[in-house]
Amino acid sequence: MSYVAGKELRIVGFLCNWCSYGGADTAGVGRFKQPTDLRIIRVPCSGRVNPLFVIKALLNGADGVLVSGCHPRDCHYSDGNFYARRRLEMLKRLLPFLGIDERRFHYTWVSASEGARWKNVVTDFTKAIHELGPFHQKEEKTE
Amino acid sequence: MTIEKLKEAVLKVLPEVDVVIGYRQGFDPLHATPFFMTKPEQVDQLIWNQLCVQNLCSYLPFLKGKKVGVIVKGCDSRAIVQYMQEKLIERENVKVIGVPCLRVISVKKVMAAINQQSVQEVTFEGENILVKTPEGQKTLPLADVAPRKCATCQLATPLQYDLLSGDSIQSNKPQDTFEEIKEFEKLSLEERRAYWEKEFDRCIRCYACRNACPMCICQDKCIAESRDPHWTSQRADVTEKSMFHMIHALHLAGRCISCEECERVCPMDIPVAKIKKKISMDLKELFEYEAGMNPDDTPPMYTFKMEEANIKEREL
Repeated sequence: MSYVAGKELRIVGFLCNWCSYGGADTAGVGRFKQPTDLRIIRVPCSGRVNPLFVIKALLNGADGVLVSGCHPRDCHYSDGNFYARRRLEMLKRLLPFLGIDERRFHYTWVSASEGARWKNVVTDFTKAIHELGPFHQKEEKTE
Repeated sequence: MTIEKLKEAVLKVLPEVDVVIGYRQGFDPLHATPFFMTKPEQVDQLIWNQLCVQNLCSYLPFLKGKKVGVIVKGCDSRAIVQYMQEKLIERENVKVIGVPCLRVISVKKVMAAINQQSVQEVTFEGENILVKTPEGQKTLPLADVAPRKCATCQLATPLQYDLLSGDSIQSNKPQDTFEEIKEFEKLSLEERRAYWEKEFDRCIRCYACRNACPMCICQDKCIAESRDPHWTSQRADVTEKSMFHMIHALHLAGRCISCEECERVCPMDIPVAKIKKKISMDLKELFEYEAGMNPDDTPPMYTFKMEEANIKEREL
């Protein structure tokens, strides 16, 4: 059962191996209470995240997508997240044009030491998605 | 500009290259079709009028390594610039025969105006096109049957050319202010989602938009048709269709030269260029960048700045 009230929703998270994945680990080690709606996919770098990953996830059943990488200038590969920032900003602006609420997609930066920040990001994003409700209405009805 | 001048230019270029790409009459008087000239005697069949719509530059990346001459309009020349940026052509191996052009004709618009009748004869008279059908003759003002892109065309003379057939002219048209996109964005989210679902649902996945696209240079190993990785399946539903259009649009982010070939060739009349235009608009706002204008530019998605002036940190 989710920490946030109501039915659990499907949120996909693309986390960079070096910072945000470590941050999520730190949050776990610190035993912070977090919602469980997020399913994490570990990627080598936020620069690995193709905007099509996000669109594919949203079109195929995800209710929200979160991308998190190292803070700008902290990238393990020195510039991966700079490319990611441009691509994801472009995507963020494109989604509402297609009729997808831009709040269903969020990108942010969390470092490996920021366990508490990670907890806040997950909690706030999960709350935001729960406020928006399920994205795929038709599917929910047939269940 | 007269056809004689153009033929002269082609004959001048032909001995230096393997092939010259131009236009000739298609299956009816309303259609012009690409024409690959290798011998001087073929040049007689060359035509030039407002029906020569197709962007012939699209062939160039596939002919890399050969010496090619090509007839290029102002709007088409952006493809050449973009190819140069991405090193998809060797500029010294391409002989660009530039032709000044003020507007072309949308065959779809003409066909709609004549109720899809068969065309017997087409003549141009000043600012009008006269189309003869079994039902009689119809006079249509050129401005009314021009594609949307011609209304805001800034490139009457090509950006790149080795030979210019005719005199260099300046465009007198207003700049594109993306009114159509801004108007669409006033609709509610639900309306926009319903709009695209309705439009994409018509898609028959013929991939004509991709095949006609001058910037779709990896169309021979397109991820929309690949099984590994399996981005789209063969299922004929709107999710898969939307996914294909997203692949097309996002692979063109910062590279789309707004030639609107995708929309011109769509047999289902899906406004596919709209998404690309939206991305172009955003990238212009974010990075003050327009694709295909300067060969020394780097496409915005291939580069970055440490501090992005127009990207603010997003908070939840």
